[in-house]
Amino acid sequence: MLPDLRSSIALASPELFLAIAAMVLLMIGVSVGRKATLLVTSLAIVALAVAAVWVAGFSHDGAAFGGMFVMDSFARFAKVLALAGSAATLLMGYNFIRAARFDTIEFPVLIVLCTLGMMVMISAGDMLALYMGLELQSLAIYVLAASNRDSLRSTEAGLKYFVLGALSSGMLLYGISLVYGYTGNTSFAAIAQALAADQRQLGLVFGLVFVLAGLAFKISAVPFHMWTPDVYEGAPTPVTAFMAAAPKMAAIALTVRVTMDAFEPIAADWRQIVIFISIASMALGSFAAIGQRNIKRLMAYSSIGHMGFVLVGLAANSQEGVRGVALYMLIYLVMTLGTFAFIMSMRRTTGHVENTDELSGLASTNPVMATVMTLLMFSLAGIPPLAGFWAKWYVFLAAINAQLYTLAVIGVLTSVVGAYYYLRVIKIMWFDEPVGGFLPMSGELRAVLGFSGAFILLYIVFGGPIGRVASAAAASFF
Amino acid sequence: MLPTKGGEAHSGTVMLNGLPAVFFYLFAFVAIASAFMVIAARNPVHSVLFLILTFFNAAGLFLLTGAEFLAMILLVVYVGAVAVLFLFVVMMLDVDFAELKSGALQYAPIGALVGIILVGELIVVLGGYAFSPRLAATTGQPTPPLAERANTAALGDVLYTHYLFAFQLAGMVLLVAMIGAIVLTLRHKANVRRQDINQQVARVPETAIEIRKVRTGEGV
Amino acid sequence: MGELAFGQSGAMDALLYSYMPVVIFMGVALLIGVALIVTPFIVAYRNPDPEKLSAYECGFNAFDDARMKFDVRFYLVSILFIIFDLEVAFLFPWAVSFGAIGWVGFWSMMAFLGVLTIGFIYEWKKGALEWD
Repeated sequence: MLPDLRSSIALASPELFLAIAAMVLLMIGVSVGRKATLLVTSLAIVALAVAAVWVAGFSHDGAAFGGMFVMDSFARFAKVLALAGSAATLLMGYNFIRAARFDTIEFPVLIVLCTLGMMVMISAGDMLALYMGLELQSLAIYVLAASNRDSLRSTEAGLKYFVLGALSSGMLLYGISLVYGYTGNTSFAAIAQALAADQRQLGLVFGLVFVLAGLAFKISAVPFHMWTPDVYEGAPTPVTAFMAAAPKMAAIALTVRVTMDAFEPIAADWRQIVIFISIASMALGSFAAIGQRNIKRLMAYSSIGHMGFVLVGLAANSQEGVRGVALYMLIYLVMTLGTFAFIMSMRRTTGHVENTDELSGLASTNPVMATVMTLLMFSLAGIPPLAGFWAKWYVFLAAINAQLYTLAVIGVLTSVVGAYYYLRVIKIMWFDEPVGGFLPMSGELRAVLGFSGAFILLYIVFGGPIGRVASAAAASFF
Repeated sequence: MLPTKGGEAHSGTVMLNGLPAVFFYLFAFVAIASAFMVIAARNPVHSVLFLILTFFNAAGLFLLTGAEFLAMILLVVYVGAVAVLFLFVVMMLDVDFAELKSGALQYAPIGALVGIILVGELIVVLGGYAFSPRLAATTGQPTPPLAERANTAALGDVLYTHYLFAFQLAGMVLLVAMIGAIVLTLRHKANVRRQDINQQVARVPETAIEIRKVRTGEGV
Repeated sequence: MGELAFGQSGAMDALLYSYMPVVIFMGVALLIGVALIVTPFIVAYRNPDPEKLSAYECGFNAFDDARMKFDVRFYLVSILFIIFDLEVAFLFPWAVSFGAIGWVGFWSMMAFLGVLTIGFIYEWKKGALEWD
């Protein structure tokens, strides 16, 4: 039936490993009980790390399962990021969830299964694989968002995300069915072939719009962003960190793959949509964040804005643009994880705090934490020579080279506006009256924050080799 | 497999005649009417019952296109399980839906506006929708003629081999659903003693019985 | 696709006509159901009065609203049922084309069932299948 079954399984072996690891972890966890949480969490981190090394070092390019699963250098790049992001959030979150008393053994298992979904998304070469991966990832996140079930806000966040997520899945499926109806195929390659041969059809463009709308929801781009602030605020902080980092990266990678592989022949159509979404996200991310006082809501708007910047690179529809997207996702991931490590450390004896006013005078009570956070905020704002600046530089440069001058100008303007609220956080930390320091950071949060700070500071030094990896990744589409 | 003929969709011919045509219009009409009643019914339990009627008619439509398996699964899974779950939820929530709905009318203008726009778009799409002229040649998994292979068998021929990857992923999604349902809803009451049959069977006199010499007049 | 249009293909007609007994059955059921509802209105003696129509529980007035909260455990049981229901749904086409899909098809289903068995063990160990 499938002559390539053996090679298919070999190609997808990291995914297979992760699936088996998740099930083994579930069995260990359920037979030992709740006291195994630390063990299961550590093993999950090990499993994610092993999968990352496997993907990075021991995987080869090719297509498997009749083209449903595609492995190329772009997939490799994105998968390593997804695995690293998931492992880092597991590491960061353990003490938090233990303190909040929902340290169940299912938490790490769901993160591993969610990561499996992301890997399938990143490697999707077929609408079916796209949808199954997306559902696997989303379903796990719905549960994770509501996992602190004694907290009303957490359950509300889970429910909100679930209802809107189901709606977006419906739109995505509707779009897929319109595309399938036209081309008679679900595989990206066959869709591209059918689109290249025929004249463009209105119904097909509607299919494209619905597919992009479904994906825009997953990356929380305007106008499908409404859920983001509420869900980010309500979900437990480690889950918010997780949602903001790896799954978003995977959804972007998926968007790149769908547009570049399946809809390449109608690039003019999807570029219009991407440009619109990009401008709207950048503008809303910059302006709506100004009034936010809750730092998790602030990060929600910040991530909406960043998704807008990433899409600038996609709109360029060039190798340089995809390279910019890849680098932007890497830098965004590191900055987000660092910022959330900081947010998780905003802890007093009375408990965790989330308000930006609580950061008042942090520079005098905890200068190291304040300094690294200042670096992160500068980087998120895009101040040179930090990594965040280079991320924006790559995507804007790609846009300019693709003659998208208006888009690039709007991008620069909105990032100037956006800088205001990042600088406000810095101002609160350095120039406001101290309100008392935070408890000392735990070791793993310190490690993540330190790594993130070092990365954005030293990116200018080792940006070259990373850029070459990203160029190779981008080359897999051209 | 729409009732319009795929290949000749451009000519706009609708191949409906005889008894199937009667049933098509019957199912389609009842499906739309009961779908409308799902949102219009005042009592949520009635809404769910209308939803079940909608499912039945959709199953009938599937059957008319030859998709036997989908029709039966719609009945087994949606009517037999999902709709029952909906009834549970509606009854479990203990919310006065009539009161909840009373404010819904103030959103009616916006809802109607969105609805009209969507209907307009749908008309544009469906009016302008066409299949690829080379669809017969490009279809990835063409349905074999019914005379050669029954619909269910045709599905089975490709689902477990050609679509193995998606099939196994479906298994993983179901696993996540199981974990999720248990994580979010399972609560054991504290201080409930359960029967442990292994423990009962493994009981031996040495561990179960304590022999004490009771002296006269001193008690235990 | 042309030969699948209605009234065109013999196989399609045969399929649809094989459902004719179902249609007749439904017609008869509808007829009897409607008849049983309508007849009492026509022939039965009716003399309503408020006391006769009021709800009561074992001779008492009703304590409570008829709609009360269900235990959330009913919900868990039914959602676990749906999951296994879907799993069984996957078994039908497999069984029908079992001869045609070879070992790959066989082991593919075994792997699928294996994953769900893991889920089942999880449920069992977790105590989700016990009432309390």
